[in-house]
Amino acid sequence: MTVTLFIPCFVDTLYPSAGISMVEILERLGHNVNVPEKIVCCGQPPFNAGYWDESRRVATKVLEQLKSAEVIVIGSGSCGAILKVFYPKLFENTPQLELAQQISSRTWEFSEFLVKKLGITDLGAKFPHKVTFHDGCHGLRELGVKQSPRELLGKVSGLELVEMSEAETCCGFGGTFSVKFPMISTAMGEVKCASAVETGAEYIVSNDSSCMMQIQGLLSRQGSTLKTIHLAEVLNYFSPS
Amino acid sequence: MNFAAQFLERARVMTHDLRHRKIIHTALSNYEIQRDKRTAAFQDWQGARQQAAEIKWEAVNHLGQYLEEFVSKLEARGTQVHWASTAAQAQEIILTIVREKNARSVIKSKSMTSEEIHLNDALERAGLDVVESDLGEFIVQLRHETPYHIVFPSMHLTRGEISELFQRELGTQPVTDPEELTMIARHVLRKKYITADIGITGANFAIAETGMISITENEGNARLTSALPKTMISLLGIEKVLPRLEDLALFLPMLASMGAGQQLTAYNTIYGGPRQPGESDGPEEWHVVLLDNHRTELLADPEQRDALHCIRCGACLNVCPIFRNVGGHTYGTTYSGPIGSVITPHLRGLQDWKHLSSASSLCGACTETCPVKIDLHHHLLQNRRNAAQQRPLFKEQIGFKAFVQLANHPKLWTLATKIAHHIQPLQKLVKGTRLDPGYHWTQTRDLPDVVPETFKDWWSKRK
Repeated sequence: MTVTLFIPCFVDTLYPSAGISMVEILERLGHNVNVPEKIVCCGQPPFNAGYWDESRRVATKVLEQLKSAEVIVIGSGSCGAILKVFYPKLFENTPQLELAQQISSRTWEFSEFLVKKLGITDLGAKFPHKVTFHDGCHGLRELGVKQSPRELLGKVSGLELVEMSEAETCCGFGGTFSVKFPMISTAMGEVKCASAVETGAEYIVSNDSSCMMQIQGLLSRQGSTLKTIHLAEVLNYFSPS
Repeated sequence: MNFAAQFLERARVMTHDLRHRKIIHTALSNYEIQRDKRTAAFQDWQGARQQAAEIKWEAVNHLGQYLEEFVSKLEARGTQVHWASTAAQAQEIILTIVREKNARSVIKSKSMTSEEIHLNDALERAGLDVVESDLGEFIVQLRHETPYHIVFPSMHLTRGEISELFQRELGTQPVTDPEELTMIARHVLRKKYITADIGITGANFAIAETGMISITENEGNARLTSALPKTMISLLGIEKVLPRLEDLALFLPMLASMGAGQQLTAYNTIYGGPRQPGESDGPEEWHVVLLDNHRTELLADPEQRDALHCIRCGACLNVCPIFRNVGGHTYGTTYSGPIGSVITPHLRGLQDWKHLSSASSLCGACTETCPVKIDLHHHLLQNRRNAAQQRPLFKEQIGFKAFVQLANHPKLWTLATKIAHHIQPLQKLVKGTRLDPGYHWTQTRDLPDVVPETFKDWWSKRK
């Protein structure tokens, strides 16, 4: 099938390897990947700040670009939730509501797409490291993503998954919240990082690059050797045997 | 300083208080263990939440009808009912009763609604001796503080601090055993129950079907508050109403489980009226004060009406990572945590209190735990939208308009990312200082590098 990959703005400019891994994985599975190059952002920053008119202006462009997409896959629970859950609210009482609802129903978070739509858990990856998984809040609570990433990680050769006690606790990013209330955001991130460090893992894996920016930003500043990595990169990793 | 600036300043102080953060984190982690044991004991916890939400939905959407039923049943047994539209009216109603009785001392059991109308201040200004009989409330009253938490008013204090407080304020010996500390409070309070002219209580639920109120407590203090003084006054918000007596079979264990991780709270009492002819005890007079104080405005908002479902269990505060890191007093409101951030803008003004709705990562842990299924974190989002629609901030509006241009013009976006990549080395020279435009991020966190080759560069090359 033709898979339309939605590349969030921060994946494009800060974490392209997550996007590249998704392209490579989907192509290896025999799918035709399409990336609408005219899409920059889903419109989440103004949406979360309450500026819904501005958000709609961005989202309207996104709807146009995705109009004919068969399935849309996003490697971010956060942007995924915007398309899947919030676009129908954003376009309530507008002529675009029907299109927003259609696009919502065709949108998949990356790990859910692999496990639930394609029925694939084993991608043949090899990643001989101890890892812990961070559940991004939007993915977890708006989209209900919990088991799929773990099922995928469970099939990665050599990988040991250790759950942290605060796996479901917010990392404190929250978009503009992180700079409007930096002290609260940082304190929340510290709780998250301490819990991850406690596991003795080498990597924090997540399906959300925005959380990784927060967690990695704190870990780097603390001088920690613990590293964040996107789920797609782990699933696309084949260490020399 | 306005409320938003006060919040920011307090949050800055509290997030740096690692000792405080540890006390709260430990207490609430223990709570979570107990809460999970209790919810697991329900045959179907999610089903129970759904049922509770539906019962509250029914009550709130037929509030007028159920309140009338509640009041007519109450009055039939001789209870005097008063309606208060505002906090000031509620104060005045209670002060009038107090004056009529020539009362000098008042004993109170725990009531957040009385905190909402600042009742203690009003009574003290009128020259009355007011004593809180709930242990936690007694402690914060001695400290001249507001309750730290809806359910656990003094959870921010250690036993040592409470002992010091008692030594200072009551002249007692240093003890840190919880039972001995309780005995000190009990010794003081027993005298007050006997001498008090008036007992003031809140209510957890108001039963329309039978015209009764239900009070839940662990110390027996509410029973003494209501039973010993000759006059009893109960203050409650109009949203406390439940249609039927049998609804308590669900709501009492639910409140106990989510409130304090208990199977059932130690004392659950249902009050039906003042002393009836031929009865030997109970108050001679019972006044019930029903408070609106902007609740009907929330009722008129179909999007957020479910916030009136709240049973004040405090569960959303307990799981909120913001509450856990800034603590209850930082909010500067009667109701703190997620529910407080949702309703305070409705109770006290959107523009003054909108910052609380922004002070959230929208993680949704509150909504996930709420036993009556209030859509809390989405309401925060709606408050943000309403605030921006009503009065957009110039700086934000300009910023987001510029953002729209970038997001809708991919070539402009690409240019911006290239510029960002090239100026990032300059930014690193001032990283984390006030000169850094990304100061609010970089003060505590590193920024990732803007890559020389973006995903889109890679993609178009590959094609």
